[in-house]
Amino acid sequence: MAAPVKVYGPPLSTAVSRVLACLLEKDVEFQLVPVNMANGEHKKPEYLKIQPFGQVPAFQDESIAIFESRAICRYICEKHADKGNKNLYSTNPLVKASIEQWLEAEGQTYNPPSSALVFQLAFAPRMNIKQDEESIKLNDQKLSKVLDIYDQRLESSRFLAGDEFTLADLSHLPNTHYLVTVGNRGEAFSSRKNVDRWWNEISSRDSWKKVVEMQKSK
Amino acid sequence: MVMKVHGGVASTATMRVFATLYEKNLEFEFVPVDLRAGEHKKEPFLALNPFGQVPAFEDGDLKLFESRAITGYIAHAYADKGTPLVCEGKPMATVGVWMEVEAHQFDTLASKLQWELVYKPMFGMAMDAAVVEENEPKLAKVLDVYEARLSQSKYLGCDCFTLADLHHLPTLTNLMGTPLKKLFDARPKVSAWVADIMARPAWAKVLAMRSQK
Repeated sequence: MAAPVKVYGPPLSTAVSRVLACLLEKDVEFQLVPVNMANGEHKKPEYLKIQPFGQVPAFQDESIAIFESRAICRYICEKHADKGNKNLYSTNPLVKASIEQWLEAEGQTYNPPSSALVFQLAFAPRMNIKQDEESIKLNDQKLSKVLDIYDQRLESSRFLAGDEFTLADLSHLPNTHYLVTVGNRGEAFSSRKNVDRWWNEISSRDSWKKVVEMQKSK
Repeated sequence: MVMKVHGGVASTATMRVFATLYEKNLEFEFVPVDLRAGEHKKEPFLALNPFGQVPAFEDGDLKLFESRAITGYIAHAYADKGTPLVCEGKPMATVGVWMEVEAHQFDTLASKLQWELVYKPMFGMAMDAAVVEENEPKLAKVLDVYEARLSQSKYLGCDCFTLADLHHLPTLTNLMGTPLKKLFDARPKVSAWVADIMARPAWAKVLAMRSQK
């Protein structure tokens, strides 16, 4: 049996938690390696060897060292296609194309406004950084427009890419969790019937509940 | 039935898809979308991409949006045609990393700079110097990482030209026509890589579409 894979970074990081959710869905054993970001460990030469942009997460298994949370998730799903949730990243080319479409939509359209809001609402206060009201207002508006489109899509589809929970849905978990909890943006999701249904379903998954527990204990 | 690409010849995202199709010598039908008239924000286009953005793509019954999902689909579905733009097995993991780097590290900054330095002048709008001042050093830092990477690898993802490189071409070409060219020229490995990928015949075909229109 292979040694547990290594994930570098704190579970509180949205990008790290994306990878953790994926590993849990796929039943892949992992070891979380702490990175002391408060001390700037992620910007030091040792860490930059495994993530040259000085960000978390980084990932290693017995054959490779990679970074970028969505690339790590894809790698885990491809390498362990037969383990855990097999629908997470389907090997059927047409299904995979739909998953990729919504994974790209998450990365290109959902992530920018949601991560800006997560930073302003969840992290800036903790870091004693003054909140940028303009940015919050602008990104609330952008997020609202995106959620309207999601609500329309989820009217005719149980999950974003189709009938199954996939990497495309999973990728939304980290930012959305912060938005609806500490970010006080729950209403944006609960006021949209289909988004509300979808969010309740994906956030109740055992894998995500475990990640939230890990975030609480660090 | 021939594949269809709905978009604009000068849309960087659409150009990503054109480049992929030309690299693989695949037949396709280009369906122009009148961006100036806002055609992409109305029906029937919204049925192809509810986010109201180009490109949208059709291959038989399959309909897709998001340029990088489209290029990925084409590269895998037509793996045996033309240039292999993805790899099998372990090298694909690293190609996948650098595809994400383009999407999140490079394109975010490059798009902001492209908007200020290329599009705003085109539309007779005033450039916001503060945005350029803020993002130029960030792009320079990203390119430092690229320089180190290209010292270890012929192309970004591996030793062959892949989507990880191709995805840069539209925005890169735009930036190379601005004073930011100096950032790329100043880094020898990056400069050689830029020259190499921009000289590809498939890319010339994509650029030629703009003069044909």
